[in-house]
Amino acid sequence: MSVSAKTLDKNEYFYGHKACAGCGGSLAVRNVLKVLGKNAVAVLPAGCMSAVGFNFPQLCFANNAIISTFAGTASMLTGIEAGLRRRGIKDFTAVGFAGDGGTADIGIQALSGAIDRNDNIIYICYDNEAYMNTGIQKSGLTPFGAKTTTTPAGSNIHGNIRPKKNMFEIVAAHDIPYAATATVGYMNDFLNKVEKASKIQGTKYIHVIAPCPTGWGIPVSDTIDAAREIADCGLWYLAEYENHEFKLSRDPKTFTSVEDYLRKQARFKHLTDEDIKIITDSRDKKWEFIRKNWN
Amino acid sequence: MEKFLSGDEAFAEGIRLACPDVISAYPITPQTIVVEKLSEMVEDGSLDAEFIHVESEHSALSCAMGASAAGVRAFTATSSQGLLYMAECLYYASGGRFPIVMMNANRSTALPWNIYGDQRDSLSQLDSGWIQAYAENAQESLDLALMSYYIAEHKTVSTPFMVNLDGFILTHTYEQVDVPTQEQAKSFLPPYETENKLDLDNPKNMAFSAGPDTNYIFKYKEHAAMRRAIPVIQEAEQKFSEIFGRRYTGLIDAYKADDAEYILITLGSIAGLCREITDKLREDGIRAGVIRIRYMRPFPADEITEAVKQAKAVAVLEKDISFGNEGTVFTNICSALQGAGLTVPAYNFIGGLGGRNISHQNIIEIFEKMQSGKAGRVNFIGIEEGENA
Amino acid sequence: MIKPTVREKKVFGIADVPEDTSFEAGYLVSVNSGWRSIRPVVNTEKCVGCMQCYLYCPDGVISIQDNKAVIDYDFCKGCGICSKICKPGAIGMERER
Repeated sequence: MSVSAKTLDKNEYFYGHKACAGCGGSLAVRNVLKVLGKNAVAVLPAGCMSAVGFNFPQLCFANNAIISTFAGTASMLTGIEAGLRRRGIKDFTAVGFAGDGGTADIGIQALSGAIDRNDNIIYICYDNEAYMNTGIQKSGLTPFGAKTTTTPAGSNIHGNIRPKKNMFEIVAAHDIPYAATATVGYMNDFLNKVEKASKIQGTKYIHVIAPCPTGWGIPVSDTIDAAREIADCGLWYLAEYENHEFKLSRDPKTFTSVEDYLRKQARFKHLTDEDIKIITDSRDKKWEFIRKNWN
Repeated sequence: MEKFLSGDEAFAEGIRLACPDVISAYPITPQTIVVEKLSEMVEDGSLDAEFIHVESEHSALSCAMGASAAGVRAFTATSSQGLLYMAECLYYASGGRFPIVMMNANRSTALPWNIYGDQRDSLSQLDSGWIQAYAENAQESLDLALMSYYIAEHKTVSTPFMVNLDGFILTHTYEQVDVPTQEQAKSFLPPYETENKLDLDNPKNMAFSAGPDTNYIFKYKEHAAMRRAIPVIQEAEQKFSEIFGRRYTGLIDAYKADDAEYILITLGSIAGLCREITDKLREDGIRAGVIRIRYMRPFPADEITEAVKQAKAVAVLEKDISFGNEGTVFTNICSALQGAGLTVPAYNFIGGLGGRNISHQNIIEIFEKMQSGKAGRVNFIGIEEGENA
Repeated sequence: MIKPTVREKKVFGIADVPEDTSFEAGYLVSVNSGWRSIRPVVNTEKCVGCMQCYLYCPDGVISIQDNKAVIDYDFCKGCGICSKICKPGAIGMERER
């Protein structure tokens, strides 16, 4: 049976947290835990979700949860999974929630190690495309052109000059049992991927776009719209990697306008028509590759 | 059973007897033999543990913390650059009160690169909240592997424990070692039990933040727990001697110090040579003595000051320098002397850095300088004062 | 229902602070209601109980009771996602006073 609002666990495992209003990351954490249920053991590195969720004595996880070092999400998951198994406990899911910086930058070594060992864990990267907890600095997953506090937009440089690292394909290159991309804008797709991952043995990686209204410069009510539009305009794709193959979960016949998506966000306000053309061209090139090479 | 073992091998035997559930380690010279031996033991079935091939020292300790948070016994081992690379996790493990045991093969720190032994690696981490013990020989290495878990996991302590072995001099030198039976080890070391763990029936939020109102209380409790390790070390050694017949002497190991006028304080494997020279000096009528520090944390301030109170001079020989100041062991000892109101002259001798040999003659000269008072506060062995501007 | 709950307010002195950094899961001492400048209000006539607001609420403050959306105002931050996501237009945003 597929996961939907109706089938979802009614318990709330992530509640009372101090995330900003409209936070996409907290929505991802909340709903993943509702899919995995009360025996999920969550590891969160230093970052937004640990900062807003674990301030003693305000402890916002109803399930077992622990903060890891910034670089240590995956390695702590490994230890927890091994330790609980040694105690003879079987009915649990070790799940990590790290942001884009915690995954693609400082945590990539530990993540790679865990996949290499094929540890039985689920790793969720909630991607809000910058170091939001410290005040919007560029990460390895900040997209081309985005203004952050360390990639200011001026007349010389128009924000971040490099494209996002492709974490999904980096992870897939380890020949991981299961990897997927998702967005909090299409919740059913995301949660069904989580459900699927929970039934697969070995390492699972899900990369979910989770807009940050504060960092993206959008109204707090527009998180879901932005999270849908990024997929609708083709700057993000929904896909899976399984049994050594890539597969699109969604192949839009037409894309909505990249420019419309970008212009709504303060972080892209400064982009020139030429910048937008670069972004659109790179989108088209990526999709051409995908459609040619993936199932 | 008597076996001919290196320090690393003896330590691995001790860990086998302690039966950790999870071992996560990354190779680094001169620690490597420990992880090789343990993986062989897991392979041949003589050790029932999860051996996790982590991709860095940071992950080694992070993984051990995860295992400890899951409520099981964890072990890791490292050295030098590896210890420094995992430094963040040292503070994390002690703050989380995860009673992990780690062996550190004392080795010089880069630059310049050097694989040989000195104690600058572990001494740089004295403030990380770990109990720190320094072994002198292979037998003590094995015995500390067992005792470290007893002390670290004790309900009143619950603090991680670092056992230090001098790189090569101890890790790679073979000695006759008595390896106890598994039954003996079992009767000594109880299974690990804790409430400080993830629990499906009684869920926990762990390793959280704590603001200014409570943060200092957590730190105070961490400090108090480390001090409570002192009676637990005595308790462990008492029980150990009853089962294994070997008696250890607590935080320090004092040799002919009772009536000594000139006392050399040191730590690690160099102590044997110091005792030998003490005996020789005694034959010449010089009342020499040696104190080997076994534990740098908790620091044996009372034990040391009690042992040196009648001395005319003390010298501290250490394989360490805190650049711009003096050796860290010396700083700790001077603080203890001051705290006890002792005004005995104290001299610091820095030697053995990067594995440089400390000779017979070097130690004789230290005693001579103590007697003559012709020494600076900080002295680099083998470098004349003029060169040491 | 499993959910973090608000406990009695107290000062955590030396006797209350745990020995280690582990504590009862889901222990809350404060609410988030003060964050709001606007609040969602459900028109139960229009609400069809489709659960989309429940599914997309970042704070999990919406539950469906008797097929209608019910909001926990203690923890609602007033982001307005529920109002935007609601197809029948059953959730309006009103100024807090």
